[in-house]
Amino acid sequence: MPDIFFEDFIIGEVKTFGSHEVTRDEIVTFAREFDPQPMHLDEAAGKASLLGALAASGWQTCAIMMRLICDGFLVRTAGMGSPGVTENKWLAPVFPGDVLTLRRTVLESRTSRSKPDMGLVTFRFELLKANKSPAMEQVCVLMVGRRNPGARLA
Amino acid sequence: MKFFDDIEVGAREVLGHHTFGEAEMIAFARAYDPQPFHVDPEAAKRSHFGALVASGWYTASLWMRYFVGFNVRTAEAQRARGERVPVVGPSPGFSNLHWLKPVYAGDTITYATEAREKTVSRSKSHWGILKAYNSGTNQYGDLVIDFESVVLLERRGS
Repeated sequence: MPDIFFEDFIIGEVKTFGSHEVTRDEIVTFAREFDPQPMHLDEAAGKASLLGALAASGWQTCAIMMRLICDGFLVRTAGMGSPGVTENKWLAPVFPGDVLTLRRTVLESRTSRSKPDMGLVTFRFELLKANKSPAMEQVCVLMVGRRNPGARLA
Repeated sequence: MKFFDDIEVGAREVLGHHTFGEAEMIAFARAYDPQPFHVDPEAAKRSHFGALVASGWYTASLWMRYFVGFNVRTAEAQRARGERVPVVGPSPGFSNLHWLKPVYAGDTITYATEAREKTVSRSKSHWGILKAYNSGTNQYGDLVIDFESVVLLERRGS
């Protein structure tokens, strides 16, 4: 049962979660299935590309972020899905051996008039490399169940 | 892809169709998005979705699969005509991605892309910046996903 609800996300709060070491194998496996462009499959093609080396598909970087979000807090949260992503920036290529952590900032939270059992929380999610430089930044809204549905917020 | 110069704003291309299978939806979600309504059909029944739904990132990643496939076919046709294939640069990102409707097992999604805006890169004049509107539509004609992307594309004669 979830133990994190809408009310638990405090505007301005910043937290860091987890870590994920990216391997060459997972980059190539994901790319074969979803993004078979040469720079995601082959070292030489990666070196010749603007990315400078074999690098992960940007969609895989999104997926890795989602996994860190799930493991970090979402599987314990009364999550109800997401209406979408306002903005996603691929700031730096992700290479084999990169260790990524998730930084979460709560930007905004609001209840829904039409759906009193949930609220909408806007987050800035950043994937940071080991040296703390950001590889990806995303502003994303999650729908989260309320602890006391229908209660009025102060 | 076409050269930047040859792309017509407003032109829409259908990239392909994909019928979502329960096993592939669960496999993706186990790896990347293990929320109960993505990995567990019984838990999904009890959720507000009413049945297992695809991870939004699976729906998005499949758009990319069909986009790349379309570009590979376009490049093959260009080579067959003896034309040069333009260089496509990395994308800086996307914006306004909406997951508008859940995608259930058995749904067939039609993926498409539409050219929206062309800008010439000031700093690197051999690149053009193409903004595109990308979408996935289910078998009932409802949009399930849409987003705007930006891509760097080679200009002709550069």
